Amino acid sequence: MTKSKSVRSSPEADVVKCRTCREPAIIDLPRHNANFCAEHFQELCRRQVRKAIDDFEMFAPDDRILVAVSGGKDSLAAWDLLVELGYRADGLYIGLGIGEYSHESEGFARSFAEQRGLDLRVISLPGDHGFDVPTAARATGRVPCSACGMSKRHLFDQAARDDGYDVVVTGHNLDDEAAVLFGNSLRWDVEYLARQLPVLPARDGFPKKAKPLVRLSEREMAAWCVVRGIDYIVDECPMAAGNKHLGYKEALNSIEEKSPGTKASYYLGFLERMAPLLAGVHQSAVAALSRCISCGSPTGSQGEERCAFCRLADRASKLDPVPVEMVMKKSPSRRRASKGAPR
Amino acid sequence: MKVLLRNPRREIEIVGRRRVHALLAELGLAREGHLVIRNGTLVPGDGELDADDEIEIRPVVSGG
Repeated sequence: MTKSKSVRSSPEADVVKCRTCREPAIIDLPRHNANFCAEHFQELCRRQVRKAIDDFEMFAPDDRILVAVSGGKDSLAAWDLLVELGYRADGLYIGLGIGEYSHESEGFARSFAEQRGLDLRVISLPGDHGFDVPTAARATGRVPCSACGMSKRHLFDQAARDDGYDVVVTGHNLDDEAAVLFGNSLRWDVEYLARQLPVLPARDGFPKKAKPLVRLSEREMAAWCVVRGIDYIVDECPMAAGNKHLGYKEALNSIEEKSPGTKASYYLGFLERMAPLLAGVHQSAVAALSRCISCGSPTGSQGEERCAFCRLADRASKLDPVPVEMVMKKSPSRRRASKGAPR
Repeated sequence: MKVLLRNPRREIEIVGRRRVHALLAELGLAREGHLVIRNGTLVPGDGELDADDEIEIRPVVSGG
């Protein structure tokens, strides 16, 4: 038997090089058909965020920004990038009462803020409102993500309104938006498609919302955190098991592997060519709003004097607290799924 | 090499050298969904991992 001779190139030839400076690379980005060193990868990320902010007129240089911080990679990366670009950005963390996961997440959010001398406000759903997400899931009979998302939107909006912020920023990235777009397209939910924009203007007591990471992928945001030395919660939320958006992300990633750039062309192409056609639908879908008699927040709940959050808090706070494990053990198929509303 | 995997957290041993993309393919992990980290530094897809390296393969989908 002939033994094949192992031929190795020189160590120098083995080094993967940065497309920009030819120094050793730390990341490959197939959609750009290139590798980048740490410095030029960060430059690319800053450029993409700058472009998103400018193209979609997200905020002005002197706007006060409130970043919705979860302790995960995206929200911490968004906060870091905005501060890097010179914006005035404070953070708000909401403790959701999801056992150890919430404790760890809060720790990462606090450490990030302390290390950088940034202002972080903390609201506790159990401490300040008398219920947690597992118990809210029991009260609604829906997937935990439904009550969780609604509670977070309500509290971020309220905080921005009360404290005079111009805009609420969330860390939704390209993969998040492509997955939501995929779900909304599968159902042809025209109303949700019309509202799936990187900026939602302030209206009727709701603050302006912006997503400056929409041009950057999930992998790029995780890489940003590693390169910048940002510690974040790597574990998935235990309540998110069976979340259909995770399935949509996997499906899109399997296409992306074979055809790099697909997620970006799908979502950014939607914004450029499809969203303008849906603008009329967006306008007509804006419901008449009234004020919640309990908290004063705007509410579109038909025939209700109180907003959805206050009604949920009422129901959930009367139940015995539900352990996280009880919700995790419940099969997702037994619960009514929430629709893929834009977040 | 020692390989730390996450969600759930576990450690496996791989014998011999590998390029990053080959290791991910061998473990059935999508490149678009993972980062490979050695001594706190990212390693690109064509980067080579030594037999005595200790690495982490971190899924990029995390949080809620």
